[in-house]
Amino acid sequence: MLEFLSPAWPWYVAGPLIALVMFALLYFGENFGVSNNLRTMCALAGADRFSDFFKIDVKQQAWNLVFVAGSILGGFISYQFLTPDVAVVLSAATTERLANLGFANAGAGYLPQEIFGIEQLTSISGLSVLLVGGMLVGFGARYAGGCTSGHAISGLSNLQIPSLIAVVGFFIGGLLMVHLIMPLIF
Amino acid sequence: MKYIKFLLLGILFGMVMAKAEIISWYRIFEMFNFDAFHMYGVIGSAVILGIIGVQLLKKTKAKSLYGEALHLNPKTMGVYRYLLGGILFGLGWALVGACPGPMFVLLGYGYVPILVVLLGAVMGTFLYGLLRSKLPH
Repeated sequence: MLEFLSPAWPWYVAGPLIALVMFALLYFGENFGVSNNLRTMCALAGADRFSDFFKIDVKQQAWNLVFVAGSILGGFISYQFLTPDVAVVLSAATTERLANLGFANAGAGYLPQEIFGIEQLTSISGLSVLLVGGMLVGFGARYAGGCTSGHAISGLSNLQIPSLIAVVGFFIGGLLMVHLIMPLIF
Repeated sequence: MKYIKFLLLGILFGMVMAKAEIISWYRIFEMFNFDAFHMYGVIGSAVILGIIGVQLLKKTKAKSLYGEALHLNPKTMGVYRYLLGGILFGLGWALVGACPGPMFVLLGYGYVPILVVLLGAVMGTFLYGLLRSKLPH
């Protein structure tokens, strides 16, 4: 069983399972949207004293926090028991692009040492990349009213034009970062 | 007890994110370079099944387990917030190679620096709350 689950899962397994998670959450009376948890965390930390945006009923979002706790556990289980080899098989084109950017050992693990190596935590530039990247995701997700799960999966499934606009935005931002900004940073 | 099902769904979601390598920075980089079909297959197949399923649920007026209408949450129309918010989100997604779901999954994977990314994401959310009334929506 473990050997059967251990190789990387193909897209035609992952995509349908993500749809299954979305439908299960709908059936249980909720809706799929991970970035809402960031708002709940702000509210729990006392952000409601600074903005009405965080005056929310935290109890109504408890299920989502439990879902996220489960996803952390899912990552832990995958790492401990289902991933004997953490190498990611990349296309030759990607490996070459990364070499040109100065990223060595592309695909040796899930994340590049150049951004996520533990030594990045002791350099200003390394910390800035992590913090600013996170801030853009958090700010952008709330401004757009959802992230990949809320807009790209839930919203597009419900044929929402606003979600399509948001997903187009995700791609404009992503393409700008990868093709114009990253060559300047790295 | 009513929360167990959400914990189990979260575990499944985390395992899918991890085992299909959706949490890998490299897969996001590859996607934005159009070098591989993988991420397009993941999102595309989820959305196609999602569209079919949601249409069926609407046609049959399906109810939740508790007999309520489904929380399909239609989005209010607008352009600025979705386009500008989306672009900012995309810039961050490509830089750190993780959207909110994978950030949490990576925590379970034991990558300590993702904590800084998560802290940034919470700070960014807080900043939006502070600036919301001054932004075009």
